[in-house]
Amino acid sequence: MERKLVDAKNTFCPGPLMELIGQMKLASVGDELEVLSTDKGSAADIPEWINKVGHELLDSFEEDGVLHLIVKKTK
Amino acid sequence: MRILIVGGGMGGTILANNLARRLRGELKSGKASITMLSATDQHMYQPGLLYVAVGKMSPDELYRDQAGLLESSIRFEVDPVTKFDLAGNNVTTESGKRHDYDVIVVATGSRPHAEGTPGLAEHALQFYTEADALNMYKSLQAFEGGRVVVAVGVPHKCPMAPLEITFMLIDYFKGRGIWDKVDMHYTYPIGRVHSLEPVANWAVPEFERVGVTYETLFNMKEVTADKVISEEGTETDYDLLVTIPSHKGMAVIEENELGAGGFIPTDRARLNIEGHDNAFVIGDTTNLPISKAGSTAHFEAEALAENIASTIKIGTPVRDYDGKVFCFIEAGEGRATYAMFNYQNPPDPKPPTKGMHWFKTVYNKMYWASARGLL
Ligand SMILES: Cc1cc2nc3c(=O)[nH]c(=O)nc-3n(C[C@H](O)[C@H](O)[C@H](O)COP(=O)(O)OP(=O)(O)OC[C@H]3O[C@@H](n4cnc5c(N)ncnc54)[C@H](O)[C@@H]3O)c2cc1C
Repeated sequence: MERKLVDAKNTFCPGPLMELIGQMKLASVGDELEVLSTDKGSAADIPEWINKVGHELLDSFEEDGVLHLIVKKTK
Repeated sequence: MRILIVGGGMGGTILANNLARRLRGELKSGKASITMLSATDQHMYQPGLLYVAVGKMSPDELYRDQAGLLESSIRFEVDPVTKFDLAGNNVTTESGKRHDYDVIVVATGSRPHAEGTPGLAEHALQFYTEADALNMYKSLQAFEGGRVVVAVGVPHKCPMAPLEITFMLIDYFKGRGIWDKVDMHYTYPIGRVHSLEPVANWAVPEFERVGVTYETLFNMKEVTADKVISEEGTETDYDLLVTIPSHKGMAVIEENELGAGGFIPTDRARLNIEGHDNAFVIGDTTNLPISKAGSTAHFEAEALAENIASTIKIGTPVRDYDGKVFCFIEAGEGRATYAMFNYQNPPDPKPPTKGMHWFKTVYNKMYWASARGLL
């Protein structure tokens, strides 16, 4: 098990969810990915995608204006 | 100071010419040298492939001799690198030659990887290589109507291409008088129709106006002869499937374990390979969370050229890459717009105009001046 940082702070295109989708492909089942985002939309669209695909959102919190979303690849 | 540039595409070429101008004196006196190693003697203007796919440009318009684009002080060899030894400051090439360097810049680009999605390569039309773009145009000519689906993999170079190819296909079908027989369906990986929110906000009413349906949060899992199945558990039927597949970096990057998926971990401001002070990456090969686009490669190349030159001249870099990206967006009906942004400032694209389309058409020709470093 690994925890990989997906640092998508201060970027607009392709944006945090697209970064996460790309990194998911490179990860193994059971790996954790921590997405860092300053994009307000990510708070809603990352959990929505994870829920639809069936991965697991382990935690989410905001620290110094940066949103952290910790996701586990389940399949 | 031996500078080695690996890759003679958009990023490598702009970097090499910019450096050659900044270091004219040092190159003349032998204090510095610039060597470029690439995989081909031709330079392709890849954005032109969009137009080849719909019969608006012919492939021969997209190529120039690479050697002719470079300042004469640059040593250029067609001999792809097979082995990187970053600890030993050398690379080995296909011909077996070893090149030692003081500074290396990797700019080997990225490539579509349809094979990563079962069924995609067999069933979908693509336009990211000359052969694929030509094949797509021939298939379009034989198409008489039905359901056309556009599907997009992650990551991919040129973030504007999904929307652009959609609008260009609409124009193509209209031009042939068969648009009323076409049912066009656009899909996109995230929760809106484009990663840039203002662009998505503009595109949705355009889709509604011309009658394109769309589905978001759609990531291809598998493709059969008549449908695309998504990771999200939905599926969509098609008669003609047009795709921008997910991308990888070059195999040589993965083989040398420089980065997962062929993308090298890169410092977002200084552009050095993480953990190495004398090795840099520009263009599609970085793992930076920004657009894989020619303009990104261009602006990174300018920042890095200034820093490498200043390090040679005054012993220190002088600027950070600020994340700047500029992308034209072909909007169909002879109109275009653009998006410009960096790490700090979001894009604010204006409504498309005919003038901007003409500017893009002219840029398609002016690209060669830009590669030479004259723009
Ligand atoms: C259809 C299409 C439309 C596009 N439209 C746009 C657009 O409108 N605007 C925009 O900004 N961008 C656009 N792009 C993206 C743009 O072309 C790329 O982002 C850009 O070319 C990246 O530059 P690069 O220098 O990183 O790589 P490339 O330009 O791809 O160059 C890579 C170079 O590395 C060489 N190479 C490969 N392997 C080796 C090796 N082992 N050793 C040595 N050399 C090697 C290759 O021969 C090549 O010269 C488009 C791309 C496509 C395909």
